Amino acid sequence: MNAFLDTFFKPNLIAQYLPSILKGVLTTIEIAFAVVITGLALGLLLAVVRSFQIKPLNALIVVFVDMFRALPPLVIVLIVYFGLPNVGVSIPSFAVLWLVLSLVLASFAEEIFWAGILSVPKGQWEAARSTGFTFLGTLGNIVLPQAVRLTVPPITNRTVAITKNTALGTVIGVPEILNQATTAQSFSGNATPLMMGALAYIILFIPVVAFGRYLETRFAWRRS
Amino acid sequence: MDALIHQFFNLDIMGRALPLVLTGLRMTLLLCLIVIPLGLAGGLLFALASLSGSRTVRWGMIVVIDFFRAVPPLVLLIFVYSGLPFAGIRLSPIVAVAVAFFLNTSSYYGEIYRAGLDSIGRGQWDAARSTGLSALSTLAHVVLPQAIRNVLPDLVSNTVEVVKLTSIASVVGAARNALFRRHGALGHLQRLANRACGSNLSRHAMAGGPTDQPA
Repeated sequence: MNAFLDTFFKPNLIAQYLPSILKGVLTTIEIAFAVVITGLALGLLLAVVRSFQIKPLNALIVVFVDMFRALPPLVIVLIVYFGLPNVGVSIPSFAVLWLVLSLVLASFAEEIFWAGILSVPKGQWEAARSTGFTFLGTLGNIVLPQAVRLTVPPITNRTVAITKNTALGTVIGVPEILNQATTAQSFSGNATPLMMGALAYIILFIPVVAFGRYLETRFAWRRS
Repeated sequence: MDALIHQFFNLDIMGRALPLVLTGLRMTLLLCLIVIPLGLAGGLLFALASLSGSRTVRWGMIVVIDFFRAVPPLVLLIFVYSGLPFAGIRLSPIVAVAVAFFLNTSSYYGEIYRAGLDSIGRGQWDAARSTGLSALSTLAHVVLPQAIRNVLPDLVSNTVEVVKLTSIASVVGAARNALFRRHGALGHLQRLANRACGSNLSRHAMAGGPTDQPA
């Protein structure tokens, strides 16, 4: 039992590495917020653009979205971080992680919002247009409010999944929780920092997961 | 533009890297063959446990499932692979991947199965039991087939996610804390492609993987 505590919860190591883990927590939160805001905004924007039904533009959106949904995020992160410098574009690791995760989230969000927009009955469009609403007025005031409401649970799930991918930043050296934890672990030769890192993720994400659980029951389909 | 093609879609390099990428592809497929059935079976166990009659078991399962859904898979994998050896449990990369993925994907599959089982009316159970079917055969022949059909789309899309997730196995392919070093037991798609050739990126366009060492 003592050996276990010494390996995973050594008090002096906890004290020593708490500041760096907390710094990691801050970095993780920063990236997560940046990703959620830009990702969801871009996703909504793409879905709105798609609703204009401009053929070439829609084709581009579909290609972009399908590509980012098919590639594992780790792969995209590595291509952007290690690949682009070879053609003269180097982006700092923090920005790479933010950019890539935003684009991935945007792709998934676009699909979900688009499904939401499609699920609003055509009659709503026709009724609104015939009362004199413009296309954008209908979209903004009638269709989107109904569509977005419907997409809350899947969007939440997807957003949580993408924010957890901030841990991928560790492979390109973004100083987030996992990176701080593995660095501390290799310095101390002890698993305590890793345990602290895992706990930090639990504390950060358990409320979000629980919130998702609540949303799922709240917005659950009424089954006969 | 030429530089871009030269760096990312260089046919010569692609030709040289192809065998390695194919080996990596085989590894990815092997990982999927281990990880997906494990996850599907584990998920079913998780789901059945979380619908158990005992309140303690039910609450326990919620804690377990939410725990593994809250921890990023990469964190779990690194913990299993490089944290457990400190406690004297040393796992080979492939076993570490299997264990970490089992815990993570079972939780997600478990939630999906649970939604499916929830969607089957109580009457189905009662009717099947009253015809003389045992609890187990009711589950296997009456409830599960309907439940799985109801959540099939979610099961499929989660499986797609799992396949994509196997890319993180490349992280434990190398020595501890030396991500993507050139040696290591687990030859995954990217890492193998990585090893293939110096500093050209065409292999990424093919495999999508890391280039030179971050170390």
